[in-house]
Amino acid sequence: MKEFAYLRPTRIHDALTAAAGRDDVRYLAGGTNLVDLMKDEVYRPAVLVDVRHLPLDGVRDAPDGGLVIGATTTNSDVAAHPHVRLRYPALSQAILAGASGQLRNMATVAGNLLQRTRCGYFADPSQPCNKRAPGSGCPAIAGEHHNHAILDWSEHCAATHASDMAVALAAFDAVVHYETLDGPGIVTLADLYLPPGTTPDRETTLPAGALITAVALPGAAASRRSRYRKVRERASYAFATVSAAASLDVRDGRVHDVRIALGGVAARPWRARHAEAVLAQQAATTEHFRAAARAELEAARPLRGNAYKVALAENLITAVLDDLAASHDGSAAPYDTQEGSR
Amino acid sequence: MSDRTRSAITLHANGDARALTVDNRRTLLDALRDDLGLTGAKKGCDHGQCGACTVLVNGRRVVSCLTLAAAADGSEVTTVEGLAGADRLSPLQEAFVRLDGLQCGFCTPGQLCSATAVLAEHAAGWPSAATRPDRPYAPGRPTPALDAAEIRERMSGNLCRCGAYPQIVRAVLEAARDTAAEHAHTPETGAADLEESHA
Ligand SMILES: Cc1cc2nc3c(=O)[nH]c(=O)nc-3n(C[C@H](O)[C@H](O)[C@H](O)COP(=O)(O)OP(=O)(O)OC[C@H]3O[C@@H](n4cnc5c(N)ncnc54)[C@H](O)[C@@H]3O)c2cc1C
Ligand code: SF4
Ligand code: FES
Ligand code: FES
Repeated sequence: MKEFAYLRPTRIHDALTAAAGRDDVRYLAGGTNLVDLMKDEVYRPAVLVDVRHLPLDGVRDAPDGGLVIGATTTNSDVAAHPHVRLRYPALSQAILAGASGQLRNMATVAGNLLQRTRCGYFADPSQPCNKRAPGSGCPAIAGEHHNHAILDWSEHCAATHASDMAVALAAFDAVVHYETLDGPGIVTLADLYLPPGTTPDRETTLPAGALITAVALPGAAASRRSRYRKVRERASYAFATVSAAASLDVRDGRVHDVRIALGGVAARPWRARHAEAVLAQQAATTEHFRAAARAELEAARPLRGNAYKVALAENLITAVLDDLAASHDGSAAPYDTQEGSR
Repeated sequence: MSDRTRSAITLHANGDARALTVDNRRTLLDALRDDLGLTGAKKGCDHGQCGACTVLVNGRRVVSCLTLAAAADGSEVTTVEGLAGADRLSPLQEAFVRLDGLQCGFCTPGQLCSATAVLAEHAAGWPSAATRPDRPYAPGRPTPALDAAEIRERMSGNLCRCGAYPQIVRAVLEAARDTAAEHAHTPETGAADLEESHA
């Protein structure tokens, strides 16, 4: 690991000033991704600016009935927060489905959003990788890619975004707030991530040096009936192969409001807007859920070794919506707990 | 200090204030083991994947291999050496001994620190991915007791190459039962210490 300076500012302005105009300065939050990638020499910063002593911790209610989650709030605190569990159960479930208790205690909201892909070539500087070393090539497309993208990838990179939390945030139309020395800005979660295209090294639309300060969840009654399900290669403590977050509001047997997002299928959390449009005002039946899932996945272009994800995503969307619809029957409402994949 | 790549820090390790100067690259794990002589926490993977290096920082379990010592400046750190009382083991440690919660013992310090935190997290009302699906969250309802499935899920960040999992789960379950009476009426609200950070 290369030597670096460590700064611990307590004012946002000082953090922004330290990072301004330099590409060798990185914000340090929980460090669970940053320190890991520094050990691998993927990152070689000259300065780390610790953001955890900035006044950015905590969850508060927003006037519109939503929530504002401070950027340095730990994943554990978000998942355990009573208002998150009550109003955005899929967010709590998504976080709890990821990593381990230790890592969730360290990981922050902002760090989770900006974590890098788990593509094995990316973390190994002895290998080519367009995301890490632009122009060096993408060995994954001809090589090991069983957990890579099926949607919106390019010949330059087929990596997925690894976050569970971001999938739930995408379904809930979350908005990311940030600060720069030129003033504050906002970007919706849908617009935060860039498709790989010809520049997979560029992952977000944030301006250089931007400090994420908070993530806002708009108030929405439908979010209370929401659920996250994750399929992975072991029962716990593994990244998603495919995951789905959804909320569903059924009135008189018809879909009144539905939101669906997928994880593990693209370089960003994949909001399934096509499926949502197909379902609008349809009868809330398994057949319609499956047809909507199929419509969404028509755009899928699997690689040689990951076609299984297309069927998996279809089944997962259908199953999650089925669960949510069943919770409308007045029977036990299972929509606010994670069904373990035990 | 003049050399920007080093930091003068204080770690409150198992109750003792220990001042030291560290290279900023030093992890908390290496500082504990090599600078402070607390070799209980083990280096398994050094990448946050195995849990052998688990310690408590300000009461919360973390992996010390991905924690920078400089970033832990001023923290209370509890390692396996600090879990026992003055003249007796903690109930969890006793349960591990009684029920053979180990074989080679390499993962055990991490298992013990992690399990200590699991009991505290559960007492604070934190849910897990195994929390019963037929039981929607309701503010104020008592937290359901830990069962084997909950313990397996909550302890999944601690790997054991010897495969002592069944005995580990039994030991944590037994220790959880011993302390359950104490917390039987804790409302299912989320951590009490969360409330502080709401402001
Ligand atoms: C073994 C293991 C298993 C895991 N399993 C899962 C899993 O199953 N699901 C899952 O979703 N995740 C998983 N993770 C990833 C984990 O969730 C992320 O590493 C974590 O969320 C990153 O948060 P952090 O606070 O530690 O970020 P850091 O590592 O500190 O930072 C990550 C990036 O964010 C930037 N950053 C941090 N804060 C800010 C800010 N306020 N403004 C601007 N930039 C900022 C940093 O500069 C850095 O580039 C796993 C990680 C490990 C090590
Ligand atoms: S898929 Fe992307 S991250 Fe993986 S090797 Fe190819 S360019 Fe690198
Ligand atoms: S040594 Fe820290 S998790 Fe393995
Ligand atoms: S007892 Fe040997 S690794 Fe767990």
